[in-house]
Amino acid sequence: MRHTIAVLVDNKFGVLARVAGLFSARGYNIASLAVSETLDPAVSYMTIVVEAEDERVLEQVKKQLNKLIDVITVTDFTKKEHVERELILVKVSYSTKEKAKLESLISKHIAKIVYHKGDTAIVEAVGDQHQIKQLLDALEQFGIKELARTGRIAIA
Amino acid sequence: MTGAQILLESLKREGVDVIFGYPGGQVLPIFDKIYDSDIRFILVRHEQGAAHAADGYSRATGKVGVCLATSGPGATNLVTGIANAYMDSIPMVAITGQVKSFLIGNDAFQEADVTGITRPITKHNYLVKDVKELARIVREAFYIASTGRPGPVLIDIPSDVQMHDTEFIWPEEVVMRGYKPTIFGHPGQIKKAAKLISEAKKPIIYAGGGIITSAAHQELKELAEKIKAPVVMTMMGLGAFPGTHELSLGMLGMHGTAYANHAIMNADLIIAVGARFDDRVTGRLDAFARNAKVIHIDIDPASISKNVNVDIPIVGDAKNVLGQLLQEISAPSDTEEWFKTINAWRKKHPLTYKDGGKIKPQYVIEQLYEATKGDAIITTEVGQNQMWACQWYKYKDPRSFISSGGLGTMGFGLPAAMGAKVGCPDKTVIDIAGDGSIQMNIQEVMTCIANKINVKVAILNNGYLGMVRQWQELFYKHRYSQTTLHNPDFVKLAESYGATGIRVTRKEDVRAAIDKALAIDNTVFIDFHIEPEENVFPMVPAGEAIDKMIGGLA
Repeated sequence: MRHTIAVLVDNKFGVLARVAGLFSARGYNIASLAVSETLDPAVSYMTIVVEAEDERVLEQVKKQLNKLIDVITVTDFTKKEHVERELILVKVSYSTKEKAKLESLISKHIAKIVYHKGDTAIVEAVGDQHQIKQLLDALEQFGIKELARTGRIAIA
Repeated sequence: MTGAQILLESLKREGVDVIFGYPGGQVLPIFDKIYDSDIRFILVRHEQGAAHAADGYSRATGKVGVCLATSGPGATNLVTGIANAYMDSIPMVAITGQVKSFLIGNDAFQEADVTGITRPITKHNYLVKDVKELARIVREAFYIASTGRPGPVLIDIPSDVQMHDTEFIWPEEVVMRGYKPTIFGHPGQIKKAAKLISEAKKPIIYAGGGIITSAAHQELKELAEKIKAPVVMTMMGLGAFPGTHELSLGMLGMHGTAYANHAIMNADLIIAVGARFDDRVTGRLDAFARNAKVIHIDIDPASISKNVNVDIPIVGDAKNVLGQLLQEISAPSDTEEWFKTINAWRKKHPLTYKDGGKIKPQYVIEQLYEATKGDAIITTEVGQNQMWACQWYKYKDPRSFISSGGLGTMGFGLPAAMGAKVGCPDKTVIDIAGDGSIQMNIQEVMTCIANKINVKVAILNNGYLGMVRQWQELFYKHRYSQTTLHNPDFVKLAESYGATGIRVTRKEDVRAAIDKALAIDNTVFIDFHIEPEENVFPMVPAGEAIDKMIGGLA
């Protein structure tokens, strides 16, 4: 099961390594991780998405996160009402014969073309995981050349 | 003041009276100030010895132990000692030199990423990038090391920062929004716990090292006597409750007493205090104390429900929580029937050994106990020596037993004894060692001699790495792969350092040798040539339920 965890931390060097270390020490792969400053520049906000089969181990990880001196709060959004979004940039083929088809597809989704040159276009989209997945599935037929994702950010 | 001066001034303000350490290139500015300082400095012979000595000092006194080493190899030599303190929640501050700030990351001479290396084995660590932060960091380090669930904190200081000048400002208060340990138990949880205790027919108190850390031994004794419950102790908990008390069942777990293990397996209520249900204690988890409800008191929320499901978790400092609990409990429990069963186990499965023939290690430890009347501080190495020391010496007081629990570090005992003796100069300090372990940090004998730190080392010399040999005998068909040791002459070795060496090969000479060693005003090695293939029994094979013990009368 995928868990979305938000961690408020002191904005200091080494904090990311401490947080990441807790996951890696237990053999957990972090699916995505987004970090940025908050309104208070001394504090950073991390959204971590992690795949965990064993709830108990995840419970441990959360407790261990809380134990880190630089960690201020830990919130598990898994069973909580929350809003989450991800931004993606997709490079797809934009040849003359597919142009109309792509544009019509884009208009049905949450996406827009933000750049194009020659027969390549870059599509930008912001959405929840379901919307992002739908868009990516639909874009597959154009041949996805490159994909960059921010990873999820969440807030409750 | 320079960074080096700020460091020493800060250490003084934290009440540090001794530093264990070793100089080197990247700590020269600090050592130059140590030259003029009135803080005692113990020059070890290997940095690992410094870390273990600071650890032993801390365990014996309850104060924060301090060790100091240079960058690179100096710092990496501290690593085992830091990990050891981390596993056993020992307050310690390790200070390391680092290459100059502008060289960090440059593969400079004697550079190692020490904050990176020690991140998973410290409670917290710091790389000081600005001398203005140094005083605050030292203040925080001591606060973090000694509060909540204690642990080691490392401060890595680049040598240029040690030389930089700034105004010394000592922060009176420590402010960290991410660190606020819960020290009092939740009143609702305390009430629930008290109710469970009043309903229990077969309660047992399972006491760990947390009792010693929080000095909750009086409260523990009061609780045990009030509810008339038997007390079992983890290895880290030995001394938390008097081993001589009628309610004590001694140590539980892999090499615990059979009656301790039977008692916890059959209890209907486990009151766990400052213990963490380690695998050496629980054995096979799904078979562990299946009919027991569990109250778990611990300062560390992450220790609760980690291995065993807990009915009533109480996060807080053991001393406070037991105090709160004592106020809630009114009527004493009736455990007479329960003790009838326990006493039957005590009778049927006593802790015992077959005497005769060569010197039995158990006998040596019994004699050490009698000769010291149980008043010594005992440190141990790791392996058979350690388990016999747990089983056959009765620890009356907290901080009288010092051993590497979680990490199981061979070579811990001698430097830890050294640190304990520095902290408690009026106590007799004995390292119960094996012939294997003692050679892992034997160089620290020189530190003892040079600094007139008189410790006694009782080597249980069987010519084997005994515990591993025991496993090979029992589970690997007697195939003693790399466990036979060729040893030096420990008497001559001791003498070459300036210590006194005594060899004992006959049982009838054991006591006289101990008495002689205790009377000599010097560090003494007693080389006991013991029965080579003596085993530690009882024993729970790895992965078994803890009442499935083998050996002895279990």
